Amino acid sequence: MNKTVLDLWVGLFVIAGIAALLFLALKVGSTSAVSTSNSYEIVARFDNIGGLKPRAPVKSAGVVVGRVADIRFDNETFEAAVTLRLDKRYAFPKDTSAAIMTSGLLGEQYIGLEAGGDSQTLKDQDRILITQSAVVLENLIGQFIYGKAQEGVPK
Amino acid sequence: MLKQSIENLGNRTIQGVWRIGFAARFFLAILLHSGTAFRRFGLTIREMYFTGVLSLIIILVSGLFVGMVLGLQGYETLQTYGSEEALGILVALSLVRELGPVVAALLFASRAGSAITAEIGLMKATEQLSAMEMMAVDPIARVVAPRFWAGVISMPLLAALFSAMGIFGGYLVGVQLIGVDEGAFWSQMESAVDFEQDILNGVIKSVVFGIAITTIALFEGYDAPPTAEGVSGATTRTVVTSSLVVLALDFILTAFMFRGLN
Repeated sequence: MNKTVLDLWVGLFVIAGIAALLFLALKVGSTSAVSTSNSYEIVARFDNIGGLKPRAPVKSAGVVVGRVADIRFDNETFEAAVTLRLDKRYAFPKDTSAAIMTSGLLGEQYIGLEAGGDSQTLKDQDRILITQSAVVLENLIGQFIYGKAQEGVPK
Repeated sequence: MLKQSIENLGNRTIQGVWRIGFAARFFLAILLHSGTAFRRFGLTIREMYFTGVLSLIIILVSGLFVGMVLGLQGYETLQTYGSEEALGILVALSLVRELGPVVAALLFASRAGSAITAEIGLMKATEQLSAMEMMAVDPIARVVAPRFWAGVISMPLLAALFSAMGIFGGYLVGVQLIGVDEGAFWSQMESAVDFEQDILNGVIKSVVFGIAITTIALFEGYDAPPTAEGVSGATTRTVVTSSLVVLALDFILTAFMFRGLN
């Protein structure tokens, strides 16, 4: 085999391989959305986070503005402390509320942010005060049955 | 009778441990003598032609067909839940995380690994390796190390090509043939596949498989009895052992990479 032909083929092979890697990296995958350098973290406390997982999206008006960075259990208040990593491009008022929502009927859970009206914005390590827990299906059914039972009580 | 079988067991154990030790020393020797493979990179490029470029056809065609089958099967299953748009996620994640590295590694073992073993085994049987030693040329540096690095470099590239080709196959069947919405196919795929968690881990897997397969293939060739029968046996052992090792390593790596994810 001629040496230049061989070099040419190997060169083509390497270029094709790197092109495939680039295709996978750019077209198929996305880098973990928010990098640590251009993001800030805020904390939200929930009574019940349902099936929320780390890396779940944080959405506002349906647009992904960040990801769930960390979920811990606070042993003093018995609440879940969820750390949200938000993109620096987006600033939210101090009285923004956070709710745990489900995409679709049985889809993954995400955090929805509803902006408030305060003129000051949330800074790094701030806390969201108004939160709404995840809807637990069992509780919902329980409430429904309890309500039905109440209706049946003779007055 | 009993003594005989206990002796057999002992003999096999000693043989096995000896081979593992020899393989480990062989691996270290390859790493120590890798200088030549990089200083005279032409040697490595030559081997990359045989291990990488000549494996392209089987890798690309299998990737395309695996992707097309994933597209068809995935659509059938997802359709029952009314979430056909998730087809892109299914095809991309299964290829990038598992099928790409593993199937490419299995094909690589049977296409390139067996060729390496047969070549080195024959070189040894025809005493070419001894002749090199006589001429003060280190056969590990001159013959073995370039093949090792060629395999280690080629394997991740082949796995990436396999995955890319598979996703293209899934796109062909899912979007062009069945008619899943094109925008949803790509955007859902992009939002679900994470670069570090999925793609980088797939690349790490394929590098590890490349190291394992080429080391096994080179070792089996180097260790083969210098007879026609010995070389053929070593070639078979290369394919069987490296396939089993790839599957076992895949389980271990997957357990480490994706255990703490959720």
